Amino acid sequence: MSFINYSLREINCKIVYYGPGLCGKTTNLQYIYRRMNPDSRGKMISLATESERTLFFDFLPLSLGEIRGFKTRFHLYTVPGQVFYDASRRLILRGVDGVVFSADSQLTRMDANVESLENLQGNLREQGYDGDRIPLVMQYNKRDLSQVASVSQLHALLNYRNVPEFEAVATTGVGVFETLKAIIKLILIDLKKGGR
Amino acid sequence: MAQGHFILREKEFLDFQAVLKKLLANSFAKVVFLIDKNGSLIASSGETENFDTTSLASLAAGNIAATGGLASLIGEKEFSILFHEGERDNMHISVVANRLILVVIFDRRSSVGLVRLRTRRASVDLERILRDIDAGAAKEEEGDIEELTEADIESLFK
Repeated sequence: MSFINYSLREINCKIVYYGPGLCGKTTNLQYIYRRMNPDSRGKMISLATESERTLFFDFLPLSLGEIRGFKTRFHLYTVPGQVFYDASRRLILRGVDGVVFSADSQLTRMDANVESLENLQGNLREQGYDGDRIPLVMQYNKRDLSQVASVSQLHALLNYRNVPEFEAVATTGVGVFETLKAIIKLILIDLKKGGR
Repeated sequence: MAQGHFILREKEFLDFQAVLKKLLANSFAKVVFLIDKNGSLIASSGETENFDTTSLASLAAGNIAATGGLASLIGEKEFSILFHEGERDNMHISVVANRLILVVIFDRRSSVGLVRLRTRRASVDLERILRDIDAGAAKEEEGDIEELTEADIESLFK
C-alpha cells in the first residue's frame, strides 16, 4: 500500500524481494546499494545472523527523482529465505506494493523455488492481496553457475502469470537494475490505476 | 486501509504536525515521529536532524510487526506499547488506531510515566485526524497520480 503525501509531494512504495534461501536476495540489494549515487540512497540495514543469513529483513531506501512534481521513494526489503522463518516473511509482506521473485537457477534448487513461490502466494493471500494481480517480476539468478535450468524451463515452472522476467548474476550486477526498473514501472502503472 | 493507498493531504498533515509538536512540548521529549505500519515516515517534530528518520521508521515498523507476531503466539491481539530503555535515551513506541506508530524519544528530562500519559492523550487527537482522512478519501479523488503517463515513468530512469 503506497503512501502518498500531498503536502510534502512524496510517493513512498514498498518492494519486497522474495525467494528461497541463498538465492541472492540480499546480494541484489547490496549491489544496488554499491552502485547507487549516495545522494539517492539511504543506509542499508541488514538484520542478519552471525553467518550472514537474513534473520528478519534487509532494508534499502532509494530516492529516484521526481515524477509530476512528486518525489519518489522506494523502500526495498528482502525476506529471510529459509523455510522456518515464515512468520517473518508474512510480516514483511504487509503493505507491499510490488514483489521481485528471485529464483535460484541451479537445477538442484527447482523444488525450493516452487515451494517459495507457493509460500509467497499463500502469504500474500493471508495479507489480503490477490497473488495473481500484485505487481510481480521474475528474476532468474545465478546464471553464471553450471548445472542451471534453461530460461524456458524456469518460465514453464514459475512464471505462470507471464510477468516480466530477467536473467541475472546478482554478484556481478547482471540483470539487477533491469529487474528493479521493471518492478518500479509495474508499481507506478498500478498506482496510476488507483491500486488494487 | 488494507487495500489501495494511504493518501495524506496538506490539512491532515499539518494537523498531525500540530499534535506532534504539542506532544513534544508536553512530554519534554527530544523527538517525536509518526510512522505508518508499513514503515513510511508520516510526520515528525523535535531534533530530527540527529536521526536517520528513514531507517528509524522502517525498524520501528519492523519492531511493532515482530512484537505483534509474538502477541498472537500467546493469544494476544497486539502489544500496543513498547518501551526501550537506554543509558542516555529511551524510546516509547505505541500503536495508534491499529494503523499508525507513534515514537517518542526522550532522556532524563522526562519520565516514562509522563510520556505514557501524554502519548495516550495525543493518540486520541491522532485518531480523530485519521477519521478525517478516511472521510476525505471517501469524498474526493486527487487527479495528479492518475494522470501519470508512460513517459513520466520512463523519465525516472534517464
